[in-house]
Amino acid sequence: MSNLIASTAPKARQLTPEEIHDIEHEKTHYPYAQAVGLEALKIVQKYQGWVSDESLLAVAQYLELPPDELEGVATFFNMIFRRPVGKNVILLCDSVACWMLGCDGLKDHITKRLGIEYGQTTADNLFTLIPVPCLGDCDKAPVMMIGDNTYRNLTPGKIDQLIDQCKARG
Amino acid sequence: MTPTNKPLTKNIEPGRAPFTFAQYQAAGGYQSVAKALTYKPRDLMKLVQDSGLGGRGGAGFNTGLKWSFIPEPDGGPRYLVVNADEMEPGTFKDRLLMENDPHLLIEGMITASIALQATMAYIFLRGEYKEAEHALQQAIKEAYDAGMLGKNIAGSTMNLDMALHTSAGRYICGEETALINALEGKRANPRFKPPFPQVSGLWGRPTLVNNVETICNIPGIVNNGADWYKGLGFNGQSGTRLSGVSGRVKRPGCWEVPVGITFRTLLEDYAGGMQDGYQLKAFLPGGGSTDFMLPEHLDLPMLAGDVQKAGSRLGTSLIMVLDDKTCPIGCIHNLIKFFAHESCGWCTPCRDGLPWVEHMLLKMEQGKGELKDIDIMKEACGYMGPGNTFCALAPGAAEPLQSGLKYFHDEFIEHVNHGCKYHNH
Repeated sequence: MSNLIASTAPKARQLTPEEIHDIEHEKTHYPYAQAVGLEALKIVQKYQGWVSDESLLAVAQYLELPPDELEGVATFFNMIFRRPVGKNVILLCDSVACWMLGCDGLKDHITKRLGIEYGQTTADNLFTLIPVPCLGDCDKAPVMMIGDNTYRNLTPGKIDQLIDQCKARG
Repeated sequence: MTPTNKPLTKNIEPGRAPFTFAQYQAAGGYQSVAKALTYKPRDLMKLVQDSGLGGRGGAGFNTGLKWSFIPEPDGGPRYLVVNADEMEPGTFKDRLLMENDPHLLIEGMITASIALQATMAYIFLRGEYKEAEHALQQAIKEAYDAGMLGKNIAGSTMNLDMALHTSAGRYICGEETALINALEGKRANPRFKPPFPQVSGLWGRPTLVNNVETICNIPGIVNNGADWYKGLGFNGQSGTRLSGVSGRVKRPGCWEVPVGITFRTLLEDYAGGMQDGYQLKAFLPGGGSTDFMLPEHLDLPMLAGDVQKAGSRLGTSLIMVLDDKTCPIGCIHNLIKFFAHESCGWCTPCRDGLPWVEHMLLKMEQGKGELKDIDIMKEACGYMGPGNTFCALAPGAAEPLQSGLKYFHDEFIEHVNHGCKYHNH
C-alpha cells in the first residue's frame, strides 16, 4: 500500500533555469530563504500561470522549507492561484466605491458574456473571473484588472471591447 | 528655491511620466539626504517629532515619537519598512505618490534610514499595484546607480540597501506586525504587542514600519524645518495631507490639502459637490473601517480630535459618500463582506463574528431579516470591539456597522418589514 501512495503522490518537478535565476535574484534581498517563499511562488506563477502541487514542492525543496509551511503561505494569499486559471485573469473590484457605481451589474454582464461565475474559467481557457478587494482607484470606479493592466471608469461597452481584444489575441 | 506649499505632489502632473533621478534631482530632489547626514540621528528624530507629522496610514501617531522608541544601535541589522500595501476600501492615495513620484518615497526612505540608522529598507508593496512596482523598481535602480543606495551612500560612511517586496493580496498585511510576518515569509497573522517592532520586529531586530505618505513628508521637513511644516496647515494645523472623495460626487479625486480644512471644503470645493439628482445621506471619513458621519458633521475640520468627538475616526482621510439612492444596508453589507473575507482567522471575534453579521446583513438585503437580528448585530459589534481582538481589523470592521445601526435604524426596520427598496444594485 505504501508503494501505491508514494507512486500517486505529487512529486517536485524541476524548476526551470529562468525560475531559478529569478528566485536567486530575490534571495539577495533577504537574510533567510523563508522570506523568499512568497516571491518564489509568484515567480513560478508568472512562468506557469498557476502553482501546481509539483511546483509548490519544487519551491519548497529548492528553498529547503517544509512544504506544509509553504502551502500555508500559498493558500493564505488571494493572488496565489493553486488551481489552473485562464490566459486572462479578470480581477473585478467588488469593494464599496465600485459597488456603489455598479460593479454587481458589470459582474452580471461578464457572466452573461463569458458564461462564467466568480472562480470559474471559460472552456477555451481564455478567461478566469475573480473578485478583488478595493484596487485603490476609487475616484475612477468601477475598476478591474486583466492580467497586469488596470482598466478604469468601466461600462459594459468598455468591458466588451476589452474582452474582444483579449479574444483577438487568442 | 522657495519652499513649496505642496511638498507631496509638487512633482506630479497628470499625464506626465514620473521624474527620472536626474529630473528629480534637478527639481531639488535628494537634498535632504546630504542635510540629514550632518545631523545626529536623535536630533533628526526630534526635528520630525517637532514638525507634528502624524502617521498617514490611518492611526495618526506622531511619527518622530514613533521613531524615538528605537533603541541605540548594537552593530546588528536595523530595518525600515514602508507599508505600501494600500488596501483599505475607499483609499487611493499611496498609489498616486508611488506611480507619479517614486523618487520622493525613496529619498524619504533614505533620509528616514539615516535618522533610524537602518541598514536595510524594504518597500512592502501591494501586488496588484503593477504601475507602482515598475516605477519603484526603476527608481531604486537609478538611486543605486547614483550612489544614493549601497555602500557609502551619498559619499558618507553609511551603507544602506533597499528592496521592493510585492505582496499577493491580503488586507491584514497592512497591520504592521502582520506585515512583518509576511515579509519574513510567514502567514500574515498579527503578533502580540509588546514587544513593539521598534524593539523586536523583522527577524527580531529593531524595525520601523511607516506608511508611504508619512515617509514622503520627510524630505520636506528635513529640508525646510519643523516651523515651515507647521505653517502649511489650515488654522494653525501642521502640514498637508492627501485627501480625496469617492462616490457620487461631480469630481471624484485625490488632492494634497492643508491639514485642518473642513469636510465641506473637500466635498464641495475640491470634489464639486454631489452629482445632480443625488443627496448626501452620510459619509465614511477615512476608509471602510471608520464610523459613518452625517451631513450635519460637514463643517467639522478634518482633524482626529474633532472627528472623534463626532463618533468616528479620521483614518486615511479619503472620504466616501453615501447618497440617498444607494442602500445603506447594502453598503454596510459590502464592507462587512470585505472584512469577513480578509480576516486572517487568528482570533475568534473576527474569524467567526464577521461572517455571522455578514450573513445577517445579507438576509436583510434579501428581505429575510428579523427584528432580533438588529439586536444581535449590536451585541456582535461589542464582541468585535477594541480589547477583544489581537489587532484592529475586527474593531475597525465593526465601526461602519455600529454607526450604521445607529444612524440608519429606521432603514433596518424597513428592511425587516418590507425588504430592500433600492434598485441600483
